[in-house]
Amino acid sequence: MTDTLSKIEKRTAYTLLLPAVFLVFAIVLFPIFANIWISFKEVQLKDIRIPEPRAKKIVKSISEDKTKLKIVYRLRNSSLIEDINNIKFSDKLPKNIEPVDLDSRCIFKSKKIKCDFGNWEAKYRENFEIIIQNINGDLIDKNIIKSQKPRLSGDADNILLTTKFSLKNFKKVFNENEFLDLLLTTFYFTFFGTVGAIIFGMFAAQLVNQKFYGRTFMRSILLFPYVGPVVALAYTWTLLLDPNSGSLNALLVNFGIIDKPINLLGQKYMTLNLLGFDIKLRLALTTVIMFEIWRYFPLAFLFILARLQAVPKDLYEAAEVDGAGPLRKFVNITLPQITAILSILFMIRFIWNFNKFEDIFLLTGGASGTRTLPINVYQQGFAVSDIGMGSAVSIVIVMLLIIFMIIYFKLIGKRANEI
Amino acid sequence: MRYKPLLIYLFISSIFLTLVGSIWKIMATLQGLKLTEINFNINFLLALLLSLSIVLIGKKINHLIKILLLPLLFTFIYILINEAAPIWYNVGILLISLFFTNRVKNYTLSYLKEDFVSEKIVFDFLSLFAIVFFAFIILFPFYLMFVTSFKLQSELLFNPLDLSINFTKNISEQFKSYVVIFKTYDFGRYIYTSSIVSIGTVIITLIFAIPAAYAVARLNFFGKTFLSTSILIIYMFPAIVLVIPLYTVFSQLGLRNSIEGLLIVYTATTLPVAIYMLQGYFKSIPKEIEDAGLMDGQNWFGIIIKIIIPLSLPAIASVALYVFMIAWNEFLFSLMFLDNPKSFTLSRAINHLTGDAETPRQYLMAGSVVVTLPILLIFVYFEKYLVSGLTAGSVKG
Repeated sequence: MTDTLSKIEKRTAYTLLLPAVFLVFAIVLFPIFANIWISFKEVQLKDIRIPEPRAKKIVKSISEDKTKLKIVYRLRNSSLIEDINNIKFSDKLPKNIEPVDLDSRCIFKSKKIKCDFGNWEAKYRENFEIIIQNINGDLIDKNIIKSQKPRLSGDADNILLTTKFSLKNFKKVFNENEFLDLLLTTFYFTFFGTVGAIIFGMFAAQLVNQKFYGRTFMRSILLFPYVGPVVALAYTWTLLLDPNSGSLNALLVNFGIIDKPINLLGQKYMTLNLLGFDIKLRLALTTVIMFEIWRYFPLAFLFILARLQAVPKDLYEAAEVDGAGPLRKFVNITLPQITAILSILFMIRFIWNFNKFEDIFLLTGGASGTRTLPINVYQQGFAVSDIGMGSAVSIVIVMLLIIFMIIYFKLIGKRANEI
Repeated sequence: MRYKPLLIYLFISSIFLTLVGSIWKIMATLQGLKLTEINFNINFLLALLLSLSIVLIGKKINHLIKILLLPLLFTFIYILINEAAPIWYNVGILLISLFFTNRVKNYTLSYLKEDFVSEKIVFDFLSLFAIVFFAFIILFPFYLMFVTSFKLQSELLFNPLDLSINFTKNISEQFKSYVVIFKTYDFGRYIYTSSIVSIGTVIITLIFAIPAAYAVARLNFFGKTFLSTSILIIYMFPAIVLVIPLYTVFSQLGLRNSIEGLLIVYTATTLPVAIYMLQGYFKSIPKEIEDAGLMDGQNWFGIIIKIIIPLSLPAIASVALYVFMIAWNEFLFSLMFLDNPKSFTLSRAINHLTGDAETPRQYLMAGSVVVTLPILLIFVYFEKYLVSGLTAGSVKG
């Protein structure tokens, strides 16, 4: 009895899960594996259309004989690189109408012209002509002939499904002199973006955890940068930072803080003189990191605030009795209470910032030294149109991600459930 | 030595007052006021004087007189040593100094000798400044977006510092950018597409996620632990590594440039977090309630519809709002999959506007307002639900 019950339970569980699991597998897991497949192929963006035979039908009158019509089929292979084999053609003619002197490749049977065109190499083109006439010698209605569309079929290799593989993409990815720079930029962006967001989030959480007038209002607006659409916010920032008509540069020039406008998003390096040392700052990258911090500190804030509100109040009261000041209370009570959440936040945000695409893409498009790995996927795949290279870069990202996740689960995976 | 707290107080409070004064000056400049000098040093000395006199006077005169008199004096000297400014600007300075004096009215020489007073002062002013600072840096870009959408190209280029709204224009002139983006750029259609995609994603996600979450939360089956961990792991994989294979497959299947394609992708990418959030909530529902349902002869479908869903409406609302936000704001997939303006979503349409360098910026900002406003209103209105959704889902972002 219990046996059948548990069987029913199992079956129910699988029925309930199947749609969701199937969809997630098809759209999320399958592409990750498909990336591996594509990354070993030399595929360009233009190759991914499956080659197909095409025919454009043109109907012409013949001036000397009104009872006949000429049909011209403009035949072509849609692909510039792939052959199509075993091409079959068929077109239907209306009643009482038949072709005159049919091409040797074709036969006319039960009102249908059927042709066997064999193989077309890449870029193949041909003007295929048929003359038709009415058996009764009447005029033929051009429009009826025109409205009938010819059918074509053929076998072509889908370049994605062939078993030709090469290591060329990976060689290119790793041999590029910029690969190290790419990796460094990504880490620089990820690390400072994450740490900055957490520090700002901590300040904001500490602030909102106090009682003051307008606290709920403050808590709402602190989440605005995260809730707002990235497209709108990134373009607003671009406008704000614009060297020619942006408010920030105009403001700085107006108050004499800088002599001439700085192109914060378009300048790769800026030399800063700090205490007599010349420091070369990655300017555009720093600006992008600032945006990143601005947009994602709300998340850190939300997490830390939730934790802060769970800290028992009597801990602080006891500390006060013992004569501890605000600083001691923060260092000795608050910080130990939030270290766990800070480390989890760091790991999660690190992984997510590592994958960040939209923000950088919208602000700089990856120019002026802000090209990170995800940006490179897009540039290789769609700007350079090399799908194979793009996939190879994706694979590099996935590999690094898996390493991060192993570290994450090793270090704090078990503690993640406690929060 | 008890001078340390006094010195710290003087330094911190003067810095605070000067900084807030400077922010006020910046804001006034952005309203079109021609001010070119920050005068940080002089104003700092003036603020120092005010702080010092507050402490020195202490309780020797009536509080009210002190709070009224000192700011007036401060403002008077401020007007003398700074460049000329209209009256409303100086009233602002007066209000800032009034607020400041009121804040520190209880500070006397003897108060400054108490324990930890310097730490308290530092914390106090730091958080006061932080409120101003955070409010400013967060709201300013939104303000800029909003104001720019009401400007004309010539105004923007002529004086980028003037961020005031000119209310003397007539209505059609004022809302010209909005009229243009709706008439010329067809934003009405994009709003419609975005709404359909977002609401559709919410509905399909819930239909798929509720049964799955129920199975994970309640039923025993082979591979359950594996499934619940893989949900989280799958969630960690970013859109950018899915984009190329999906692009190729969708191209070959003819799913690009279609709402269906977007719906499939958005649903699949939000499903893991929806299941994760819902199963947590389902577990908290007492099992006895379901057993009662089982006794009544309900099957699992009946239990989910009649018991689970009514009991977990708050969690479902959280998930729905969170998924709506993700779908509404999504950019990467809409950039990859849509290149026919007929099927653009709002985000994609705004991105498309920038493709033409000639597009005036006020149109771009009007479009930005159109895409931002709905989601902010929803957030403010349903803040409670969305915040709990964000907290659960914020492993991603």
